[in-house]
Amino acid sequence: MAAIVIDHIGMRFGGTVALDDISLTVADGELVALLGPSGCGKTTLLRIIAGLQTETSGRVLIGERDMSGIPPRRRGLAMVFQNYAVFPHMRVRDNIAFGLRMTGAAAARIERQVARAAGLLHIEPLLDRYPAQLSGGQRQRVAVARALAVEPAVMLMDEPLSNLDALLRLEMRADLKTVLREAGTTTLYVTHDQTEAMGLADRIAVMAQGRIDQVASPSDIYRYPATRFVAGFLGTPPMNFLALPVMDGAVALGNVRLAAPAGATPVVLGVRPEDLVASTELEGFAFTTQVTEPLGAHTLLTGQAEGGLLRVIVPPDLRPAAGSVLFLRPHLDRLSWFDPASGAALEHTA
Amino acid sequence: MTLRRAIFLAAVATLCAWVLVPIYLIMLGAIGGEATVNAWPKPFWPITWSLAALRQFMNIAGVWQSTLYSVEAASLCMVIAIALGAPAGYALARYRFRGATGFRLFVLLTRAFPVAILALPLAVSFIRLGLYDSPIGVGLMHSVLAMPFAVLISASLFQAIPRELEEAAWIFGCSGPGAFFRVVLPLALPGITATAIFAFVISWNEVFAASVLTVRHRTLTAYLLTVLSESPLHTQFAGGFILIVPSVLFILLVRRQLFSMWGIASR
Repeated sequence: MAAIVIDHIGMRFGGTVALDDISLTVADGELVALLGPSGCGKTTLLRIIAGLQTETSGRVLIGERDMSGIPPRRRGLAMVFQNYAVFPHMRVRDNIAFGLRMTGAAAARIERQVARAAGLLHIEPLLDRYPAQLSGGQRQRVAVARALAVEPAVMLMDEPLSNLDALLRLEMRADLKTVLREAGTTTLYVTHDQTEAMGLADRIAVMAQGRIDQVASPSDIYRYPATRFVAGFLGTPPMNFLALPVMDGAVALGNVRLAAPAGATPVVLGVRPEDLVASTELEGFAFTTQVTEPLGAHTLLTGQAEGGLLRVIVPPDLRPAAGSVLFLRPHLDRLSWFDPASGAALEHTA
Repeated sequence: MTLRRAIFLAAVATLCAWVLVPIYLIMLGAIGGEATVNAWPKPFWPITWSLAALRQFMNIAGVWQSTLYSVEAASLCMVIAIALGAPAGYALARYRFRGATGFRLFVLLTRAFPVAILALPLAVSFIRLGLYDSPIGVGLMHSVLAMPFAVLISASLFQAIPRELEEAAWIFGCSGPGAFFRVVLPLALPGITATAIFAFVISWNEVFAASVLTVRHRTLTAYLLTVLSESPLHTQFAGGFILIVPSVLFILLVRRQLFSMWGIASR
C-alpha cells in the first residue's frame, strides 16, 4: 500500500497550459475522486501519474518513491481505462492473469488471484470466453478484475463507468465501492459524473481549467464549496446564484434581511434548490413559476426571482401553474456567499 | 423479396461471375483436352476428361525449376515487404513525425514510374551488382512493387488497434517491445498474414520485370510467356490453370484463418 503525492505538477502542450501547478495527496488506502468537466485536465493528470505522459514540471511520488523517469510497468500501479482496453485476443482468464504473468508469479498464485478477482466481480462463469463475446458491462468487470488481480499499491481509474448505461452504472458503482473498500487500495478515480464522485470517494478534488479548486469530503464539498464553480458543478439541479446589491451591510430578499459578509458591495448569494421553502403566504421573496416538472419524489420548479433565474425543489404534491407566484424562504443556516468578481466563497452560514 | 435485396443479390452474383467464369473457362480448357478447347459453343462439362494437358505441361523442360525460382522470388518479396513494410506502417500509425504525410506519398510514388522505364537502368545496375538473372534480383524488384501496399495496409491495421491496449500492456508490466509482441502483433497478425500473402501473389503474378531481369533463370510466369506462345492451345490453358491454383489456394486458406481467430465471427 502506498500514498500518492502529486507535487506541483505542471503540463504544457505548446502554448496551452493543461495543468497549472497541481498538488494533491492521496493518503494510503484512500479513494479520491478527481471531478471536473471534460477538458479540465483530470485525465492528463491521471496519465502523468501512470507514466503514460511526461509532466513539464513537478514530480509524482508513489509510496515516497520519486516516479520521475520511471516507466509505467515499474510504478507498482494498475489502471482501468474508459474504453476497458481488455485484450481481445486473450480469454478473460488470461486477461486477468496478464499482470501477474508479467511479474513472473507462480502458477498457483496466479490461479488463486484470478479466481479471487473474478469472484469479487461476479464473472467466474465468463473466464473461458473471449472479450468479443461479452457485453460492455462484463468487459468493464474484466478490466477491473485485471487491475485488482495484481494487488496494486495504487489503482488509477479513468472514467471507468462512463461507457455503461445508467442502470448498469448504478449497479457497478455499488460493486466497485465494495470491492475497492475490501481491497483497501489507494485509488485515484477520474470522473465527470458528480454522483459517482459523491457516492464513491472519501474525498473529492474538483478540477477546472487545469487547476484544483477544492479538495474535501463529499459532504463538505457539497455544503461548503470553495468557489462558485464548485458550487455550481455539484448537485442536481445545481446551486442557484443570485446577484444582489448590499446596503448597510445587509441584503434584502423580499422581506427577509440577510447580513452580508463584511466588505462586500455587490455580492452573489448561493442557495441550493432543496434549501428553499415555498409557500403561498407572503413570506420571503417572490418567485414567478415558469416551468413545473413533477419528478415523482419531488417537483422541480424553474422560474424568475429578484436577482436571477432560480430552481426550487418542492414537495411532490405542489404543482403550481406557469405564471403563478410563490413565496420562497431560504434556510438561513445553509447559505453561501460568493465574490462576484473572483467567484471565491466569502462565507458559509452555519 | 424486396428490391434492395434483389439488387444486392444480383450484384453479388455479378461479382462472383466476374471472378469465377474466367477461372472456370481456363479449367475447362486445361482438363477438357483439345476437343473441348476447340468446341464452340463451349460445353458446360468437358467433352473428354483428361489430365494429359496438365501432365504434358508439367513435363515441359524447366517448368519445375522455374516454379522453384518463382517461389524463391515471391518468398523474398514477401519477407522484405513485411520486414520493412510492417515497421514503417507501425511508425506511420503510432508516431507523429515530421514528413509523415510526405512519406506516405513517397511510398506511393514508387508505383508512379512504369516498370518499363525502370527496367533498363535496373537491368544495368543488377548486372553490375551481380544480381542480374537471379531470383534474388527479381524478388528485390518485386518487393519494391509490393512495398507501398505493405506499408499502407499495415499502417491502417495498426491504426485500428486502440492505443489504450498498448498502454494497458505497459501498465501491467510490459516494456515497449514487450507490449508490441504480446498485444499489438497478435492482434495485427491476421492482417499482416494477409498482407504477406498479397505480396507473395504480386510477385508470383508479375511477368514484365521478371522477363526483363532474367535470361536463363526465369520465374514461372516469365518462363511460360516464352514457352507457351509456341504451345498448342490446351497446353496454354493448362499453364494458366496451374498458375492460378496457388493464388486461389492461398486465399482460401488465409480466409479461413482470418475469420476464425479469437472467436470474432466476422470483421
